[in-house]
Amino acid sequence: MADEKKQNPLEKIANSQVWKSIFRTGIPVTRRQRMMAILNNVFLHLHPVRLPKHAVKIKYTWCMGGLSFFLFLVLTISGILLMFYYRPTVEYAYTDIIDLTEQVPLGVMREIHRWGAHAMVIAVWLHMFRVFMTGSYKPPREFNWSVGVLLMVITMFLSFTGYLLPWDQLAIWAVTVGTNMARAHPFIGHEGPGASLLAIGDINLVHAGSDIRFALLGGRFVGEATLLRFYVLHCIGVPFIAMILMAVHFWRVRKDGGISGPL
Amino acid sequence: MIDIIKHFINVISNPTISFTLLTVLAPLLFPPTDWFEKYHFKFGFNRLWKKEGAYFMFSCITLFLIAGYTDEFAIKILTKPDNIPIVLMFYLIPLTLWLAMNQAYNNDERLARGEAPLEQNDPKDKVLVWPDLVYIELICLLLFMVFLIVWSVYIGAPLEEPANPAATPNPSKAPWYFLGLQEMLVYFDPWIAGIIFPIFIMGGLMAIPYIDTNKKGQGYYSFKERRIAIFIFMYGWLALWVYLIIVGTFFRGPNWNFYGPFELWDAHKVEALSNVNLSEYLWVKAWNQGLPENILAREFLGFVVVILYFVVPPAILAKTYLKEFYLKIGSTRYSTIMFFGLAMLSLPIKMYLRWTINLKYIIAIPEWFFNI
Ligand code: HEM
Repeated sequence: MADEKKQNPLEKIANSQVWKSIFRTGIPVTRRQRMMAILNNVFLHLHPVRLPKHAVKIKYTWCMGGLSFFLFLVLTISGILLMFYYRPTVEYAYTDIIDLTEQVPLGVMREIHRWGAHAMVIAVWLHMFRVFMTGSYKPPREFNWSVGVLLMVITMFLSFTGYLLPWDQLAIWAVTVGTNMARAHPFIGHEGPGASLLAIGDINLVHAGSDIRFALLGGRFVGEATLLRFYVLHCIGVPFIAMILMAVHFWRVRKDGGISGPL
Repeated sequence: MIDIIKHFINVISNPTISFTLLTVLAPLLFPPTDWFEKYHFKFGFNRLWKKEGAYFMFSCITLFLIAGYTDEFAIKILTKPDNIPIVLMFYLIPLTLWLAMNQAYNNDERLARGEAPLEQNDPKDKVLVWPDLVYIELICLLLFMVFLIVWSVYIGAPLEEPANPAATPNPSKAPWYFLGLQEMLVYFDPWIAGIIFPIFIMGGLMAIPYIDTNKKGQGYYSFKERRIAIFIFMYGWLALWVYLIIVGTFFRGPNWNFYGPFELWDAHKVEALSNVNLSEYLWVKAWNQGLPENILAREFLGFVVVILYFVVPPAILAKTYLKEFYLKIGSTRYSTIMFFGLAMLSLPIKMYLRWTINLKYIIAIPEWFFNI
């Protein structure tokens, strides 16, 4: 090869055909390469190429939106690892949780998953607080704020469905207290106002065996069916919705003119 | 000495006192009008958002936590693994509050001088995302991952005895982020505290961009230009959400009775409860009769009160004090603001009615599960 200059090993890798086939730009040194580094990468491409100066400052965004998303990824990965060991049945759930810490190599996955979940709830709240304080919900970002509110509710619901899975006293009673609210839902909870109106003659349509709480729990109290329901919601149902909403959220951050700033 | 302070904190933690303090302080901390602003500066509350204020808040919280971790009763709640997020929030909420208000005040001063806010910069002078942003993200991500791993290694996730549907713990608490809602159950029935309020919170939050027509303060921290909006948000966020979570977590023990942070959770503590419905006040106490048979006749006053509450103040305000505002934003926006605002205010109002005249329900129709 004609290149006489000695290359150090890193440069050699970066100039190899394999590397270049993956990262087309090579090492981003020039301004053009740096722009291409963002444009040519499907993940980095979430970002614009250039940003106003204030937008990259920690004191402006506090990194909270990014941290929420990062935590979502951490939770997805640690959650997948947990699913290898955990069986959502009354018989096994509790002992599987014990085994997770005691038998499984790298037994901190459960901790990472649980503390990460708590941290995500806080991060999302603080993100919302930041967005409020910088007035970033104002036009043209109204819709994205609303998507954000839904994301916050979804985040808390994700955390709540996960709370039941260890199947210990803490879990079932917290979930019992939480889901007891559903029985008071107007019209569709059997102890809610208006429920008795939904009747055909003497037959009540909404009763303890048919109301919204029953649908949520899969029974009249928190039991085997509830565990399975919450497991499916927690691992598939709710994350699925969260992912769609996040895609919309990120897309809209870009489409609404990128990160907010003084007009 | 330290015991006296702890006792003092126990006493003022009682929601009747601490919530009142918070409510009185809120407009002084985040002054929504010129009148409050005068006292805000007179009492030096603005200094909270300067450097010295940060040191002050940090030391107060740290001292409180030190007192807590050395106290035989407080330590039990503080070290409960699932309460650790709230201990973190003790720092994070004031920190973020300070970060926002400090920058807001700096910008307010700049705007008052006719300068642009600090976030303003030359539109042509942009930075490249690679490397300026991706590196920051990488560093944030690594630091946070280290933090999370250390947290996970040192503090095990909680696991209590296996689930036993026959043994109800006392108190039974929802996960911490729902404890604000659970605390509202003291004052409202489940259909309101558990269903209607959450729906209103969501709806109210989603409505914010559509009802706040103030164009100023977009994309930079500021206070003065948006002071009413910020004041309302702060009251909801700090007093009606974060504060209630703290009460629910730290101050509620067996039977959901109040316990100070430095107090033993004595399950035998009894609190005399003799709450009275509005209808009983009317028929039995004022008119000396029995309650009428007919449900609607019995509760008519409650219905009148509730309907008037949502109709009269907005109507009067639209004609007087808020006339210009009403004309500017139009009736749809105006009624939305009033509706969500009054719904939000109903919580503190009900709290005070409970504390002062032991009012149980304004409308009490247990036959239909319709209690307000
Ligand atoms: C799972 C939850 C969420 C994730 C992962 C997320 C992620 C993000 C990210 C990465 C950004 C870019 C700017 C930043 O980091 O601050 C952003 C911006 C934004 N978010 Fe979220 N967010 C979430 C929840 C929320 C919530 C709860 C709200 C408000 C109710 C919200 C409203 C907004 C708005 C209005 C913007 C544009 C801000 C601007 O342009 O300055 N998001 N979000």
